[in-house]
Amino acid sequence: MLDTFIDRIRAAHAEGSPLILQGGGSKTFYGNADEGEVLSTRALTGIVDYQPKELVLTARAGTPLAEIEAALAERNQMLAFEPPHFGGAATLGGSIATGLSGPRRPYAGAARDFVLGVRMIDGTGQPLRFGGQVIKNVAGYDVSRLMAGALGTLGLITEVSLKVLPKPAAETTLQFELDETAAIENMNRWAGQPLPLSATSWHAGLLTVRLSGAESAVHAAQARLGGEWLHDAAAFWQRLRDQATPFFDKRPLWRLAVKPTTPPLNLGSAEWIEWGGAVRWLASDLPAATLRDAAKTAGGHAALFRGTAPVDGAFAPLAPALLTLHRNLKQRFDPKGILNRGRLHPEF
Amino acid sequence: MLSPAFLSQLRKLLPDHCVLHAREDLVPFESDGLSAYRNTPDVVALPENESQVAAILRLCHANQVAVVARGAGTGLAAGALPVDGAVLLVLSKLNQIRHIDPLARTATVQPGVRNLAISEAAAVHGLYYAPDPSSQIACSIGGNVAENSGGVHCLKYGLTVHNILKLRAWTIDGQLLEIGNDTLDSPGYDLLALMTGSEGMLAVITEVTVKLLPRPQRAQVVLAAFDDVAKAGAAVGNIIAAGVIPAGLEMMDRLAIQAAEAFVHAGYPLDCEALLLCEVDGVNEEVSDDIFTVHEVLAASGAIEIHTAESEEQRLRFWAGRKAAFPAVGRLAPDYYCMDGTIPRAQLPHVLRRISEMSLEFGLAVANVFHAGDGNLHPLILFDANQPGELHQAEAFGSKILELCVEAGGTITGEHGVGLEKINQMCAQFATPELTRFHEVKAAFDPDKLLNPGKAVPELHRCAEWGAMHIHGGQLPHPELPRF
Repeated sequence: MLDTFIDRIRAAHAEGSPLILQGGGSKTFYGNADEGEVLSTRALTGIVDYQPKELVLTARAGTPLAEIEAALAERNQMLAFEPPHFGGAATLGGSIATGLSGPRRPYAGAARDFVLGVRMIDGTGQPLRFGGQVIKNVAGYDVSRLMAGALGTLGLITEVSLKVLPKPAAETTLQFELDETAAIENMNRWAGQPLPLSATSWHAGLLTVRLSGAESAVHAAQARLGGEWLHDAAAFWQRLRDQATPFFDKRPLWRLAVKPTTPPLNLGSAEWIEWGGAVRWLASDLPAATLRDAAKTAGGHAALFRGTAPVDGAFAPLAPALLTLHRNLKQRFDPKGILNRGRLHPEF
Repeated sequence: MLSPAFLSQLRKLLPDHCVLHAREDLVPFESDGLSAYRNTPDVVALPENESQVAAILRLCHANQVAVVARGAGTGLAAGALPVDGAVLLVLSKLNQIRHIDPLARTATVQPGVRNLAISEAAAVHGLYYAPDPSSQIACSIGGNVAENSGGVHCLKYGLTVHNILKLRAWTIDGQLLEIGNDTLDSPGYDLLALMTGSEGMLAVITEVTVKLLPRPQRAQVVLAAFDDVAKAGAAVGNIIAAGVIPAGLEMMDRLAIQAAEAFVHAGYPLDCEALLLCEVDGVNEEVSDDIFTVHEVLAASGAIEIHTAESEEQRLRFWAGRKAAFPAVGRLAPDYYCMDGTIPRAQLPHVLRRISEMSLEFGLAVANVFHAGDGNLHPLILFDANQPGELHQAEAFGSKILELCVEAGGTITGEHGVGLEKINQMCAQFATPELTRFHEVKAAFDPDKLLNPGKAVPELHRCAEWGAMHIHGGQLPHPELPRF
């Protein structure tokens, strides 16, 4: 099975013909438009190994997230980075290649934080294996984490080993009517206190906070914070994770990642705040340069998340010294530039 | 040897007291924490600010002189071992805490700041820096990033890579890299992950922004004794399967227990084969619930004695034994050699059995200390360097242990790094295509191989020579490599 993929990439490398790597196709909107023939991982499925007591799961790249999450749920465990499904067909490989994480990210860690090892095929068709199935491993450069968020431009991920975590015993969600300034301040203040926070959101005057942990701890925190108990909270967080509310239908949709304490950006359009203040979603027609400057001033970066990307690309331009390193790494892993050409950066 | 012309240019970049070249001044820098490896540096540069670092790198690049970066020198893998003809770039004078932002929960510090000093400075805000390598009183954050240091609490709170946000680093040709930022991700490749654990091979770090966490309300520890290491190993898995992620989960074997008890009188039971220390922390109520669960699981897993620390004083005493395990074992023999493999926890009984068999074969005793929660094993091999051949025996035994870890599905280093010490075992861990990619990653940053040359990733010919001596199961490792 793997040989088919190796042969295909070797042939593409020999011909210099570009390939579009794809899993479930749930995140094709993300990044710049790429070109080439689709190479799908959908046939590369299955959980290879799952050791609940070791907190480690290994699965092939095309395995649907839903299948992995169901297997974990049977043993009362979860993917703590809460990866988005965006419509249901998301695969493990696509989740790691995009590096996207959901509402739990600021409190539990990102997709890259849970990657223990990968098997991959680079742009020359060479199968490679980095990292492993143990939680602590500092032998060699951390190429497996480098693959997270590289959007397939350094290689086709064929298998991933992840650290998994127990599901919290209890979860509850509270809502507070608060203006944006106060909401941002509370998100940050509470994150600096021993409270079992696991997700935060603010939109249209409503701060929503999820607490996760031992039942007693969640109850104690609830008593301390007050607020209104949100019925049907699981659906609320799932809709936010998958951007399945009308707010996220607007185009262009920008993602401004900023220092979490950044006060309201006041850019003149409706906002949805997540990740303890570190992410501000904006449906804005302002010029890309304006949004990027605002994000950069706030210690972060702006990306066009959904909609037509600006000519210089969906993601914030890289400083010259960093761009050189990107070029060098791309050249080493995919010398002919055949993998997801242009997806991460218009140049490669 | 460095040329007088180069040395005179180097001296122009720094004040006189920041360049050491007299023999007696160089001796303290001849090894890091792994003192079995020694090499007197040609020259030591101790820059006092970032622009001096950049200037030194540019000068070295222009003259094609190698640079070995060093922090506090507490590393245990000879990663900061001086290289002949190189400048030893010691970053310990860059020791300022630049800024602590309590609301954003970050600290921006220079690389020479000690790990513990960050938590001490953040304590006034109820915050701390989570990774806590056992050398945290002395080791510096720059070195922590270079080694991706862990510690007792990393099962729950992660390694260095999970706890940093931003780096300022300089390439060998003196270009500034600003990697990461004040938010939770960055555009492009995850160079923050690539830099973390890169052992000074890619760039030189001059500033680190770390995440700070709220100090847990409470921490509580349970001690359990077992008459069988396999039962203790199984208990660790059972605790995790019960849904508890302990803040610390440590195991010691008989020899380590007895050495620690004799040294610090921690109150450990002596008539047992293995001891577990399980600490849970968090919100007050959660700690109470978890302690109850842990107690039940330990009993069901066959513990012969279980004690919950009844006071903070007793909690600290239980930990004192574990924390003193290395020096305690050090009292049993003139020297000890600390190994650092990681294994899937299920393999523990098998691996410990093999280690005790090998202990008889090599004629050297071993005490085992184990970060059980994350499978990181520290066998301490006892030897006497004054006995001819014993150091060599200890090293050979250590190599076998690391190869055993790889065979068991683990790795040759969990937290200490490869450095020079484990460079041969990298040939057991990785095949030629992966090693080639590592060299290419290095070349993407440092094409002239001037930063910490010869460390962390073995040259392929080295693996060929090493492989010729280690034919396993009739299979020659790296068969594609030419052999001379």
